[in-house]
Amino acid sequence: MTKQVQQLDRVIIRFAGDSGDGMQLTGDRFTAGTAEFGNDLSTLPNFPAEIRAPAGTLPGVSSFQLHFADHDILTPGDAPNVLVAMNPAALKANLGDLPRGADIIANIDEFTKRNLQKVGYAANPLEDDSLSEWRVHAVALTSLTVKALEGFDLSKKDAERSKNMFALGLLSWLYHRPTEHTIKFLEQKFAKKPEIAKANIAAFQAGWNYGETTEAFSVSYEVKPAQLAPGVYRNISGNQALAYGLIAASVQSKLPLFLGSYPITPASDILHELSKHKRFGVRTFQAEDEIAGVGAALGAAFGGALGVTTTSGPGVALKAETVGLAVTTELPLLIVDVQRAGPSTGMPTKTEQTDLLMAMFGRNGESPVPIVAPMSPSDCFAAAIEAARIAVKYRTPVMLLSDGYLANGSEPWRLPEVADLPDISQEFTTEPNGADGEFLPFKRDTDTLARPWAVPGTPGLEHRIGGIEKADGTGNISYDPDNHDLMVRTRAAKIAGIDVPDLEVDDADGDARVLVLGWGSTYGPIAAAVRRIRRAGGKVAQAHLRHLNPLPANTGEILKSYDKVLLPEINLGQLALLLRARYLVDIISYNRVRGLPFKAEELAGVIQDVIDSD
Amino acid sequence: MTELVNGRGLSLVPKTDAKQTLKDFKSDQEVRWCPGCGDYAILAAVQSFLPELGLKRENIVFVSGIGCSSRFPYYLNTYGFHSIHGRAPAIATGLAASRPDLSVWVITGDGDALSIGGNHLIHALRRNVNLNILLFNNRIYGLTKGQYSPTSEVGKITKSTPMGSLDKPFNPISLAIGAEASFVARTIDSDRKHLQSVLREATAHRGTSLVEIYQNCNIFNDNAFEQLKDPEIRDDITLRLEHGQPIVSTSKAVVRAANGGIEVADRATVSADQILVHDAHNPDPSLAFALSRLDEPAFEHVPIGVFRSVDRPAYDVLMAEQMEEAVAQKGPGDLSDLLLGGDTWRIS
Repeated sequence: MTKQVQQLDRVIIRFAGDSGDGMQLTGDRFTAGTAEFGNDLSTLPNFPAEIRAPAGTLPGVSSFQLHFADHDILTPGDAPNVLVAMNPAALKANLGDLPRGADIIANIDEFTKRNLQKVGYAANPLEDDSLSEWRVHAVALTSLTVKALEGFDLSKKDAERSKNMFALGLLSWLYHRPTEHTIKFLEQKFAKKPEIAKANIAAFQAGWNYGETTEAFSVSYEVKPAQLAPGVYRNISGNQALAYGLIAASVQSKLPLFLGSYPITPASDILHELSKHKRFGVRTFQAEDEIAGVGAALGAAFGGALGVTTTSGPGVALKAETVGLAVTTELPLLIVDVQRAGPSTGMPTKTEQTDLLMAMFGRNGESPVPIVAPMSPSDCFAAAIEAARIAVKYRTPVMLLSDGYLANGSEPWRLPEVADLPDISQEFTTEPNGADGEFLPFKRDTDTLARPWAVPGTPGLEHRIGGIEKADGTGNISYDPDNHDLMVRTRAAKIAGIDVPDLEVDDADGDARVLVLGWGSTYGPIAAAVRRIRRAGGKVAQAHLRHLNPLPANTGEILKSYDKVLLPEINLGQLALLLRARYLVDIISYNRVRGLPFKAEELAGVIQDVIDSD
Repeated sequence: MTELVNGRGLSLVPKTDAKQTLKDFKSDQEVRWCPGCGDYAILAAVQSFLPELGLKRENIVFVSGIGCSSRFPYYLNTYGFHSIHGRAPAIATGLAASRPDLSVWVITGDGDALSIGGNHLIHALRRNVNLNILLFNNRIYGLTKGQYSPTSEVGKITKSTPMGSLDKPFNPISLAIGAEASFVARTIDSDRKHLQSVLREATAHRGTSLVEIYQNCNIFNDNAFEQLKDPEIRDDITLRLEHGQPIVSTSKAVVRAANGGIEVADRATVSADQILVHDAHNPDPSLAFALSRLDEPAFEHVPIGVFRSVDRPAYDVLMAEQMEEAVAQKGPGDLSDLLLGGDTWRIS
């Protein structure tokens, strides 16, 4: 039987199952095959904070969404074209996101009376006509896997565990994904358990063959490689890109990297990644708590290291006092906040942009801190270098605001040439700078207002710094009222004067009257929405802020040059508050705080409404 | 790396040939403790001890938290970092772990180290970071003007406890030994010779050394350690701990008790071979812990000296070893190789 091959320009697949079903791994491997094939792609993992919620329940559902296309894309996609549901809970939890006509590949073996009851299905939806709006492929994934592995010396339970690889094989056939890397990956992953490796490969191939031979699938799909800019690419998640960015910042600043960190979702992967790269002179210190993590990083910075701490919102709250100490002692320090849903513990695995005002103001006293926010997973690399550049050049703590969506999402990344990375190195001070040959630790560079950075081990520059207010120049303890006023203003002026590139506006025809502004991880959905508007003939300009403090010098001018400024944020309007206060511009906010990224279609609707309103 | 592992005390810190004196370690800042404060004596003792080490002055760093004692770094002409309440061990850990060429000191007090910073202290001790921690214990909050501290005796009447404090105090020595500290000692502000002898041993130890210094706050808790200073009784109640020597005061001796523990006996009633000989290097901390309990409940007899001093690899050394091993296995890191390390593809 010759099967039909249909061409598609893009596909969105969501793999969903129990947290123990291996959906994240399945998604990762499908992504790797897709990246290797040369599609543009974007991914969105979505999983519960519980490691193993009760099996078969709605809270235990874990999913992985992948959007891939023959052209460049900006988001993991609004609505899946295909849902792979490994059990009734996965079907029920995700059906609401599925447009009519989408494909459902359901593991019929798991649709037992007991499993159906667990999630409140009175009848089996695969057997009645409740799913008639979708194209349902009921596949016995578990029993087909067990059957394929009959020749292996495995218990039935172990054999069943390979059902995700069977599903991966089937999907790989369905979308013409290359298989070599997955086979190689399985060989390596289970190198110490060759029988398990063989079984998983067998299950993967059986899934492929099932697609090829069964009549259940009469059509397979092809999505041609995307014509992206020339270069070498790899797929990368935000956390990995951020870790690589920190290593690059260490190399480019010629400072050894010291990471002080305490495990917290969704930032821990940065600690994990950096701990693998000790041969770059990277020291990773898993501290006893968040406060010790940032404290050790600041201590290392005093000693001449690139001090970094990585955390999420609750950790930033704990670190606030030490960040204030870094502000007043004027030492370089990076605080990476991978934002998650709050307040308090909130929803640790869900994304939000709700820490902006904490980053901006969350310390006692006047304690300004520069803020940099990456706009996509791969941009975390460049943003980390930029944050380090500011920290080292201006001797200041810098907040780097990533979020859960960037951290765990992935996309193809065109690798930069190492030779093209900026040199962000600064000289340590080694000579006295006072008129009488003394060392003045708070005598500033007249241009940047940065103070000298003299590290222990430098003869003749012995000095003391601390949290108490310092006299201008000498740094000695000072309670003088005018000195304090001067120091408060000087520290503020130093941050306000940081060299930040101008805000760029994408205004294709130059005659848009509405500007849609964003910051951080909303870039993808906003840009995708802007494309939709323009394709439909609408006019809208887009600008995206990477520097939140200080803001680019031309920000006010740009905001005032449009009739309307729309600002979507995954918070209740935190940047809008800052911009309104600063520029007296009547920003139109669009806010949703659902723990999920915006959808392009949703934002396109909002933008259209703003264009249409008077 | 063997050099590092075997390195004793401050052997990784560069030495100077220049002759140093107390004056070299005095900063130009006016000392601002209350007149009569025990901190003056400790400062003078440290300033006159440092030249003995012969280290390059620029390779010495004093890190402190918050409290009266934490002003200490301002008065020493070395590098110094006056940080935040309780966090000095954490900050010093980052510094010492990344700079094995520094002599890093932590100056802290009973409130700073044992209350707000208790967590950092115990973790620094178990990690064995190369730090000398001087814990000035005056059993009171001084800088906030006289509230009871975590070492104040039960029933202490203070501004915040007009009817007496309720909580049982920490014994800093017991706490440190329980936290797996490799070096634990106690001394007193008024006995410069003893204080400096303890500092000598503390600096010879590689890893974390915790030195509790009984320090008198003459404003809010005057005479807290008067028994140990009164010439009439001090030699009677002070049990000197010296490695390899019997543990005795002029009139008392430490002996094995019938219940398997230890107790203090009248020296005249026991024979010399019954008296416990101090072994500071015993890997088993039980006896050192038992010694730390002898001053309970009141100061009837107080052990002074080095309770415990055992060799254990320091944290910075272990960290450096892992880095060297990583380089030995795969060579030094190359950024380009790192970026190209995953599955890559080329678009032309």
